[in-house]
Amino acid sequence: MTPLTAATAASQIQELFGVAAVVAGGDLGVTVPVEQWLALARFAKDTLGCRYFNFLSAIDWKEQGLEVVARVEDLDARVALTLRTRLAPGATHCPSLTGVYRGAGWMERECYDMFGVVFDGHPDLRRILLGDDWDGHPLRKDYAVDTPHAPYR
Amino acid sequence: MKRPLPQIPPPVWSEFKDLQEWEKYHQERTGNDRNSEALASIADAIHHFPGGWLVTTSTDKIFNWARKSSMWPVTFGLACCAIEMMATFASRFDVERFGMVPWASPRHSDLMIVSGTVTIKMSPMLKRIYDQMPDPKWVVSMGSCANSGGPFRHGYHVVKGVDRVVPVDVYVPGCPPTPDSLMYGLLKLQEQVAHFQKTGARPASEPA
Repeated sequence: MTPLTAATAASQIQELFGVAAVVAGGDLGVTVPVEQWLALARFAKDTLGCRYFNFLSAIDWKEQGLEVVARVEDLDARVALTLRTRLAPGATHCPSLTGVYRGAGWMERECYDMFGVVFDGHPDLRRILLGDDWDGHPLRKDYAVDTPHAPYR
Repeated sequence: MKRPLPQIPPPVWSEFKDLQEWEKYHQERTGNDRNSEALASIADAIHHFPGGWLVTTSTDKIFNWARKSSMWPVTFGLACCAIEMMATFASRFDVERFGMVPWASPRHSDLMIVSGTVTIKMSPMLKRIYDQMPDPKWVVSMGSCANSGGPFRHGYHVVKGVDRVVPVDVYVPGCPPTPDSLMYGLLKLQEQVAHFQKTGARPASEPA
């Protein structure tokens, strides 16, 4: 089996998912619709061999909705994929990657904690950093950080 | 033509919202926590016994000196300030010459050095450890984060000063304070303790 290169990965993704990947050196950026999120992750792990799950996070683009970002890598071939998906404005549901990558579990819990993204299919979606009685999701842009929270804040 | 006299501006700090908040929320000590009632009545009885004042005054002196020079801090390290606190406890700066032994149990301690950022999630535990310490007890707030929230003051999860959770006696500024400044704060605290043991009164909370 030939080692994975960024160019072959990009062409395979183009073939299967119909999206052009942004290639920069060994880095690929792929943006897919939410429906293909899980399929893309499974493809990246099983076919491309990106077995290292680096991180998962989200970006709040205000009225344009939330964007979920995950990065997976093939450490041997030094190829890294940045997977992105844009949720619809106001939508908070996204399929969970825990079935593909076990390491996504805590990352998705943190993402839920900070951004309020609900990962469907996550086995244990609770807050991970903040207290269980916390109101709101603090890394959202519409979260009022300086709201008085007497006597602490 | 006479020049207008320079007007001394009113104290602007009273207009700051933060200081108004501080006055509203900071914790005060409740009542006199000097001694138990029973001990005070026994001491009073001995004092009024003929010649008893000789015993009470001389033992008072010894006890006060002993209390002042054996403050045991409970180690409450929360963040990077704890590293400086450890340095203060270690051999180079050596607060053991002031009789301070870092102790890992609140039950035997007189002093809590809150060194580091107090988060909203941590504050109930801090309050519980403070409540477990026997009276009389003191609190040193070490570093900007414990004093006021510091750089995280406008964050979403940090308590704006540990004095919203427990009453604080000495504030040590710095980010983090050097061991020298913590030691200075501890010596200031010893002065406060000596004053407290003589008069039973805590110093006024507002600066004189």
